[in-house]
Amino acid sequence: MTKDDIKSIVLKIIAEIAPDEDLTDIASDVRLRDQLELDSMDFLDIVMELRKQYGIEVPEADYQELASLDSCANYLEPKFAALQGS
Amino acid sequence: MSQHRIVITGLGLTAPNGNTLEEYRSNLLNKVSTIQNIETRYMGTVHAGVCDYDPLKYQTKKSVRIGTRAGSIAIYCANEAIENSGIDWENVDKSRVGVYVGTTEHGNVETENEIFNISKYDYDTRFWTHHHNPRTVANNPAGEITINLKITGPHYAIGAACAAGNAGVIQACQMLQLEEIDFAIGGGVSESIHTFGIFAAFNSQNALAKHDDPTKASRPFDMNRNGIVVSEGGCLYTLERLDDAKARGANIIAEIAGWAMNSDATDYVLPNPERQAQCMRLALKRARMNVEDIQIVNTHATSTKQGDIQECEAIGSVFGKSDSTYINNTKSFIGHAMGAAGALELAGNIPSFRDKMVHPTINVDELDPQCNVGKLVIGEPVELDTVDAIFNNSFGMLGINSSLVVTRFQD
Repeated sequence: MTKDDIKSIVLKIIAEIAPDEDLTDIASDVRLRDQLELDSMDFLDIVMELRKQYGIEVPEADYQELASLDSCANYLEPKFAALQGS
Repeated sequence: MSQHRIVITGLGLTAPNGNTLEEYRSNLLNKVSTIQNIETRYMGTVHAGVCDYDPLKYQTKKSVRIGTRAGSIAIYCANEAIENSGIDWENVDKSRVGVYVGTTEHGNVETENEIFNISKYDYDTRFWTHHHNPRTVANNPAGEITINLKITGPHYAIGAACAAGNAGVIQACQMLQLEEIDFAIGGGVSESIHTFGIFAAFNSQNALAKHDDPTKASRPFDMNRNGIVVSEGGCLYTLERLDDAKARGANIIAEIAGWAMNSDATDYVLPNPERQAQCMRLALKRARMNVEDIQIVNTHATSTKQGDIQECEAIGSVFGKSDSTYINNTKSFIGHAMGAAGALELAGNIPSFRDKMVHPTINVDELDPQCNVGKLVIGEPVELDTVDAIFNNSFGMLGINSSLVVTRFQD
């Protein structure tokens, strides 16, 4: 799974949890909270959906890794790779 | 009553047969029920009253997703009521607005949904949503209103079983009289059709309505009635002290002339006609009115075998000899809207002050002689010379009784 695939997955989850937001021009290298109306509860939703849909756990200490699409892709890439390898 | 007169200056509602007062009233006068069959978890097909208001009229998609159905109904009704009140909302001191929302129950829907959700994950509680607590706290519907409308005054739930709609209005009046607030939003809401538990419990109690035609299932006073039709809905009023309402040139819809609440102190489920009658008499006394002064009594009757008889016994003992008092029932159209019932049923009768019509109770094919009380309006509306006072009953489990006296405003 490529980093672009992972960004698409995260964007799809965000589309579910923030359905009023326009996601067409989200910059990958800018904090999501600076571009969208997302609060801490929304990030918990992202964590939950990763758990539900992909079986991926994001410990609380790593929440900061979900700040931007780029950081999401960097952080989640080995986790998705581990899933595919298992 | 204390020194302040309290008036209704606006109302917003959603009922199974109407999302505005005009639509709702028209359907009551034209004998239109929209009770339908729905599929509910584990129970299969049940009769229910379903509302079709547009949640996105006042909410974002995200707030609908995060919040509850009861919260969404409350937000819709509150916004409609404020608009109806004509108040300059932008310039209202929001710290002086109080929100009092009656609910029969709250949290069952969300809890059942989460248990069903984690059942798909082998009951692993890591999959239990963090939204559960804010969704299930009792003040959720009232709190969602304050977030939506940026109200910083007090808000809380009035948990009063099926008397909650009346109780919400009463609480609003009391807080206005105490001058705790200057503007109140009060009434009740219900999301109960989304919990299978309420249907299952009524079914186990042999008190869940069944009929081949769902629009005929809710049939208080009929010989063959066999239980309750559960409905969702909401009705919230804006209430103000008369002086404040007049000062801003408000359109005054009606006056709250008196109220009473009491407790049976006898049984978890079965009502006590003696206590119900006491509640009615106390409300009349506080309103300084006699039974002959009341033109319309809206019954709580839910279409259960015993409950209808007992309420008719109570009403008969209070109003039975009044030639000027007509008796009707709204649940025959909309089912039992639980926490919204009292407020919603009052709203269905309020237009009588203008149109002088008493909407009927429908679906009575064969009147139960034990329910043949006073001037029961069956099948067709009745036109009166004048309607000056409506008496609104709402009773609930654990023996909670409420009566509200609402009058045509006369300065």
